[in-house]
Amino acid sequence: MKNVSRRQVLGASAGVLAAAGLGLPFSPVLAANDSGDLIKAFTGGKQPADGKVKLDLPEIAENGNTVPMTVSVDSPMTEQSYVSEVLVVSDGNPRGGMVTFRFTPLSGAAEANTRVRLATTQTVTAIAKMNDGALYMTTKQVKVTIGGCGG
Amino acid sequence: MATAIKPRIKLDRKEVKAGDIVEVKALVQHIMETGQRKDPQGNTIPRKILNKFTCTVAGRQVFEADFEPAISANPYIQFKFKATVSGPVVLTWTDDDGSTIVGEETITVS
Repeated sequence: MKNVSRRQVLGASAGVLAAAGLGLPFSPVLAANDSGDLIKAFTGGKQPADGKVKLDLPEIAENGNTVPMTVSVDSPMTEQSYVSEVLVVSDGNPRGGMVTFRFTPLSGAAEANTRVRLATTQTVTAIAKMNDGALYMTTKQVKVTIGGCGG
Repeated sequence: MATAIKPRIKLDRKEVKAGDIVEVKALVQHIMETGQRKDPQGNTIPRKILNKFTCTVAGRQVFEADFEPAISANPYIQFKFKATVSGPVVLTWTDDDGSTIVGEETITVS
């Protein structure tokens, strides 16, 4: 990041602010890391629908080194209809990918909990892929007091 | 690694009826070095994380997760599975260097 000029940084952040102000739909291109590419690779360019996915993260995380996170998806989890994959990405970490959960009909419930690192205040996105290819998405903003991911 | 890491695994129930949902909680000791940090000399500390977690019950996979460096040190994982047959519940973590940490519990389905 050393060779990025102050002007470029300001310009980029102005762009983000402008997009936010105009209420543009979620645009992964604006993220600071590779999260947009990861989402594109996961969805194959399709726009996920809202709902079904629930992302439990604290509103304010005091310590970004270990933030409890629960992802659950509303699904009967039968052979006919189940959640096959859930991708969780961050738009403020050095790397966008956080975790991918893979479920099977034997999972019984599409729910998993782990603890994650968050480098800074940011938006976390969870996208669920059903066995029939349907996609559902949710996002959650977390304010981080002390960032994780080390110095 | 000189001493084998023993994961801590807890099932909420070990004797269940077929079709019951069992919750698994597991914690394993690991540094989960992100590959982003630098040592005092300014050299990047190489990445070393557990990048994969799988759980099989009686030999059939029920849950899998791909971990990225965004997972905290000493990774904790909690998930559920539907008990259908008795057998071993095997949890496996795979390190970047290819080594694995394995933990096992047993469930009895009546």
